[in-house]
Amino acid sequence: MSAIPVVDHDVLVIGAGGAGLRAAIEAAAQGCSVGLITKSLLGKAHTVMAEGGVAAALAHVDPQDGWETHFKDTMKGGSFLNHWRMAQLHAQEAPERVVELERWGALFDRTPDGRILQRAFGGHTWKRLAHVGDRTGLEMIRTLQDQGVIQGLDVHMEVTVTRLFKDGGRIAGAFAYRRVTGEFVVFRAKAVVIATGGVGKAYRITSNSWEYTGDGQALAYDAGAELIDMEFVQFHPTGMVWPPGVMGLLVTEGVRGEGGILRNAKGERFMWKYLPEARRHEYAEDEAEARRWVEAAVEGRQTKDRRPPELSTRDNVARAIYTEVREGRGSPHGGAFLDISYLPAERVKRKLPSMYHQFLELADVDITKQPMEVGPTTHYIMGGVRVEPDTAAATVPGLFAAGEAAAGLHGANRLGGNSLSDLLVFGRRAGAAAAAYARGLTATPQIAAAEIEAEARDLLAPLERGSGESPYEVHRALQDVMDRHVGIFRVHEDLEKGLGELAALARRAAAVRAEGDRVYNPGWHLARDLRNLIVVAESITRGALLRKESRGAHSRLDFTAMDPALGKVNFCARKADSGMTVEPTPLPEMPAELKALFVEPVKEKVG
Amino acid sequence: MSVTEKIDRAPAPGPGAAPGPADGHGARDAVLRVFRGDAKGGREVEYKVPIEPGMVVLDAIHWIQGHGAPDLAVRWNCKAAKCGSCSAEVNGKPALMCKSRMDHFAPGEPISVRPMKTFPVIKDLVTDVSWNYEVNKRIPPFKAKPGANWRWQQSDVDRVQEFRKCIECFLCQDVCHVLRQHELKHQFAGPRFFVRIAGLEMHPMDGEDRTGFLKDHAGIGLCNITKCCTEVCPENITITDNAIIPLKERVVDRFYDPLLWVWSKLTGR
Repeated sequence: MSAIPVVDHDVLVIGAGGAGLRAAIEAAAQGCSVGLITKSLLGKAHTVMAEGGVAAALAHVDPQDGWETHFKDTMKGGSFLNHWRMAQLHAQEAPERVVELERWGALFDRTPDGRILQRAFGGHTWKRLAHVGDRTGLEMIRTLQDQGVIQGLDVHMEVTVTRLFKDGGRIAGAFAYRRVTGEFVVFRAKAVVIATGGVGKAYRITSNSWEYTGDGQALAYDAGAELIDMEFVQFHPTGMVWPPGVMGLLVTEGVRGEGGILRNAKGERFMWKYLPEARRHEYAEDEAEARRWVEAAVEGRQTKDRRPPELSTRDNVARAIYTEVREGRGSPHGGAFLDISYLPAERVKRKLPSMYHQFLELADVDITKQPMEVGPTTHYIMGGVRVEPDTAAATVPGLFAAGEAAAGLHGANRLGGNSLSDLLVFGRRAGAAAAAYARGLTATPQIAAAEIEAEARDLLAPLERGSGESPYEVHRALQDVMDRHVGIFRVHEDLEKGLGELAALARRAAAVRAEGDRVYNPGWHLARDLRNLIVVAESITRGALLRKESRGAHSRLDFTAMDPALGKVNFCARKADSGMTVEPTPLPEMPAELKALFVEPVKEKVG
Repeated sequence: MSVTEKIDRAPAPGPGAAPGPADGHGARDAVLRVFRGDAKGGREVEYKVPIEPGMVVLDAIHWIQGHGAPDLAVRWNCKAAKCGSCSAEVNGKPALMCKSRMDHFAPGEPISVRPMKTFPVIKDLVTDVSWNYEVNKRIPPFKAKPGANWRWQQSDVDRVQEFRKCIECFLCQDVCHVLRQHELKHQFAGPRFFVRIAGLEMHPMDGEDRTGFLKDHAGIGLCNITKCCTEVCPENITITDNAIIPLKERVVDRFYDPLLWVWSKLTGR
């Protein structure tokens, strides 16, 4: 085997979405040499797809807002399974991170007095999402990209990391291949930040791109880190359901934030039926009140009217739509109708421009005249790498994680808008802590040559096999298993069956054959991605089996209530010699001064 | 020269959607002629693909990958015209494959799918667009005006939003004859980066002057306003009229205005 080149960095950041970029900018600002790795071209990461906005209690529109309310909303939205300290840091620091972006040149929509405008979103008590139309993610990633150029980051585009190396228990670097040439490269680094995003490609109906194959979660797991809360997969309530080619494509929650109404095939506005009793008082009583709230929002004035029921949390709206369809009241293509056409066409086009074009061009639907058809789509994973809140440090020395790949902030369900703020707050913290850790090391960790050779051999195996299944075949089978057995509603027998099928799929994945050579070969790339997908699929399924309750995004048909005892634990997946172990670990207890913020007694919702 | 490798198979099992209203597309196949090759050369290979309602060219490419050509190279991410990854030339026209509806092509006519011509081919539909990232690094970045109060109006956002919504698909770079025919990449930044500079120059808080860069490094004078870039932009940015022409005017005002020239000679500014 020809010599594999070695690239040295103090800090290696894997993933160049918002979290990775923000981490890399921070580590570079602290004087470290930083390598930023992306599987795609720079600026194509999932952050670019984020539409609705970034949640931060700036209190520009609703002056009653503050970090305490944002903290409480996040904890309630996550059914109190969140790490309280992450939720606290996030709520406290999000406003300064958003303002910082503006100082770096980001442009957000404005209030009449010229400050950053904020819009309503599900589960947020006040209008809280800074946004620019429905293109917030694009504005954020370009701003971060530009800041990265200013910081002089070394960006390694179209590179995939396949393994993390350790030296005496500490992180030492990573093995990767260049997608364009198929050449291997070893990155020697003192610290590694995982910012690889999510796992959506384990499911067939998803808003996620090909990149979302659970790489970071699987890399960390293989390196000995802990994964928690993996059973909590967010099914976004509004994905496109028609035509087939765009099934799962995201329809921003901003549509509901701007006043979008959900109806079933019988024309019933069904969301009132599904509001949890404990929070019903937060929502409009009837159509008239909901309408008044929308009118006030359009005119940009304060109102005492409460928000429409469509702005319930994502887990709840997704279950509602799914239930309407299952009970025979679905739209022609198996979804619900989402209608914004009652608002002036000009406003819809200005506030939701990409939704307008997306439906017009891909589905022949003019959303200023007709309702959209929408249904749940796999969107986000709340679980991921367990991190220490203040530093984003994983349990392996030298390993850090931020953004969707990390766990803890969102608990059992993420509120819309909390992901963009998450990646700014904890991306920065991860970058700073990784830089501090790297500076503290006196010697550069070393990577054993034998480990490098073993990984190279492993990667080449699918290309050298004379026969074997197509990786696409195995991927389709995996997605089918997850859609059927580990979807929005779960039950013991299905999950058991899913686990059995995953074991069989792991064997099939290990024997796939990649045709062609090493130059830009997506089949070969997928052959390796399958291994990550199966690790995350197994951890989701095992967590779902053990969590014998319904909480947030995890709904068990055989355990429909919350179990207070399970509200005190995270299920934690670790790699053992015998395979994956999943065990409960205690959730850190919220300190008294934060508990006191919940003036009303903390009621756990049932059903 | 076209070599034909037809792949026939039964349509894939439906992806789980309830069957939709019959629209007459369900049963027929499309024929795609896809460039397969690399920098050394290649050929168009013919594939038969079962059509589904609402299908786009990128769906067809994915179908081909999953059914017989697993190593077919293509870039894509969002599949929703938001990331600008899946740029190609479809029937000779620069386009995003995720936005190219199969039912917009004449039934039965083969659809040709080739990589962007202006950039070196890496493999199949993937080209080397790294030059664009190098140009971007040279553009003077956002610099806040001294004493900026950070308050501005929605109209300021709306005006500049047109330039900031660019998804960097580089189709405008692909079609621009200065880059495509004359290969002046070393002298000319291309429409994408005039759009980016317009987004910076018209930012309400920006205090940087990029007219010197536009004239001497970005080569804006080489653009002769054929508007090809505007025609191919998937984000419908009026590149020539709204970005390039106003920037050209700024350069002219700054460097070629006779009154200003006299003034600067007199005052030394």
